[in-house]
Amino acid sequence: MALSVSQRLFGGKKDVISLLVMIVFIAILLPLFLDIFRLNLVGKYLTYAFVALGLVLCWGYGGILSLGQGIFFGLGGYCMAMFLKLEASDPETTAIQSTPGIPDFMDWNQLTELPWFWVPFQSFPFALAAVLIVPTIFAFIIGVAMFKRRVGGVYFAIITQAIAAILTILIIGQQGLTGGVNGITDLRTMLGWDIRTDSAKYVLYYVNLALLVICILIGKFILSGRVGKLLLALKDKEDRVRFSGYDVSNFKIFIFCVAATFSAIGGAMFTLQVGFMSPSFVGIIPSIEMVIFAAVGGRMSMIGAVYGTMLVNYGKTLFSESFPELWLFLMGALFIGVVVAFPNGLAGLYTQLKNKYGKKLSDSKSFAPDEIKIQESEIPVMKEADEDDIPPPTNTEPVKL
Amino acid sequence: MPNTNSDYLLAIEDLTVSFDGFKAVDNVTMYVDTDELRVVIGPNGAGKTTLLDLICGKTAASTGSIKFNQKELRGLAEHKIVHLGVGRKFQTPSIYENLSVYENLEVSYPSAHNVFGALFFKTSDKVDEDIRNIASEIYLDEFLDMEASLLSHGQKQWLEIGMLLIQDPELLMLDEPVAGMSVKEREQTAELLKRICKGRCVIVIEHDMDFVEKIASMVTVLHQGSVLAEGNMEDIQKNEKVIEVYLGH
Repeated sequence: MALSVSQRLFGGKKDVISLLVMIVFIAILLPLFLDIFRLNLVGKYLTYAFVALGLVLCWGYGGILSLGQGIFFGLGGYCMAMFLKLEASDPETTAIQSTPGIPDFMDWNQLTELPWFWVPFQSFPFALAAVLIVPTIFAFIIGVAMFKRRVGGVYFAIITQAIAAILTILIIGQQGLTGGVNGITDLRTMLGWDIRTDSAKYVLYYVNLALLVICILIGKFILSGRVGKLLLALKDKEDRVRFSGYDVSNFKIFIFCVAATFSAIGGAMFTLQVGFMSPSFVGIIPSIEMVIFAAVGGRMSMIGAVYGTMLVNYGKTLFSESFPELWLFLMGALFIGVVVAFPNGLAGLYTQLKNKYGKKLSDSKSFAPDEIKIQESEIPVMKEADEDDIPPPTNTEPVKL
Repeated sequence: MPNTNSDYLLAIEDLTVSFDGFKAVDNVTMYVDTDELRVVIGPNGAGKTTLLDLICGKTAASTGSIKFNQKELRGLAEHKIVHLGVGRKFQTPSIYENLSVYENLEVSYPSAHNVFGALFFKTSDKVDEDIRNIASEIYLDEFLDMEASLLSHGQKQWLEIGMLLIQDPELLMLDEPVAGMSVKEREQTAELLKRICKGRCVIVIEHDMDFVEKIASMVTVLHQGSVLAEGNMEDIQKNEKVIEVYLGH
């Protein structure tokens, strides 16, 4: 009965195929047909996909809707940007400043020495560790404060939104320490390697993809085990889980922290690929946009969330180039439309269509409790049919574990 | 606070809970022992469900004590009370609709209760065997792979009982276990309850008098938060105060 580690990471044949299709699409097809400018845009979209992945875990499975994932995306991005900015601010290039050797925006704000919390970011290993640890610790603090007090649902969503707003205001207000509303700009090199060249953009694009795949595998590992089932269980009947001997809050804190770590990796990759970080990626609007990405792709499917992120962002770029004022309305309409018509997003739609037209294709068994299994229950016909009478035992299928 | 050191498995003494002055449970004293199947009856609003809420820690008591194996339960976190051996079924079947019957039981298996244990938890042969045994005990061995949302109402009740049994609790509290069951299912449930109260203590809240007659060894009647009468079914049925409460209005 027990699944091996590789089964938990990769799932069944179907899961491996859908993951490979995604990798081929992103790693081979897109670079073949897009120029480096467009490909770099796709790379930027894919950094948001990390956030969408985190939302699949904590919102789709755990039922914890966070409207503040931009907090962690931003913190990860800022940690990376601080390192890059310090490297770009060596005394020679900043010789014309009144205090050479500190970032330009500090000089403009009459700072004469590097603030204490900037100092350790001169070290690359520290900065990398900070990208992962700072947002996770912050998520842990929020999680303990909220979930131990049994704050959940709408209240939790509103509080995360408020924290996102507070963080934005803090960053903008402390211009001398954070670069203010402009953010941290003019980033050039990482350990001497120029990140603005075309070749660097290609490398970063593939590093980004590799990290994304690793995050998907980690997510699959978590969801295919007992924690995944517990998350679904506590989304459905939190009290039952509690009275089965679990400290429910610990599981919520855990999955919220995982989502934060994923978002932070996305943020750091964003900084590297786009070349700056600003408070406009921390606040309420980007945080809500990220929820829309996950919803459109399918909040129960990690791969769906990646496609959803790319699709919505492609739409955003397309429409905001031609009809900038219409885009926000369209995005709102898209969100409402998806939630009303396809609660499981693109991935749900795909499964529904496959169940309708491709029954014969579905004889291979899946190992993991992945999106396909969940969505079978979403087909309304099956639910209504056996409400009162005992379903015939012949309906049972072989164990899907 | 009273401090009787009784040998009873569960000793509830002078237990009171007050919601803004309204005493839902008022000065209840009750002792239940191993191998006993105690049925708690009473009209709506008598405080039956609240009593179970107090024992399992869902609601905090105002005064009194709840001793389980001589250990005070008041003030303990819910999951700690579960770890001591107290299981509780809710009034409406609380099962995980999205998971299969097997997974429902697997998640309830009493190990790997912390996050990292659960992350690397493996379903061993022992766990698998236990799950299958419990499933056959609750008449669901043929439905192991079915999604729980597709079960009938009665089967959902059984599944929740099974989810408690797999934890092997010493004290099992069942809130209206036969609600929504067919006649045949009621009979099967009565058999099930008689079987599972061996070696443990079972408290059942029930309205269906025929069913109570079938299963009860002792009956406690609650009325307006207090114990009105206690005894075996025959005495209770003859008790005039009980007849008045049930038939008087």
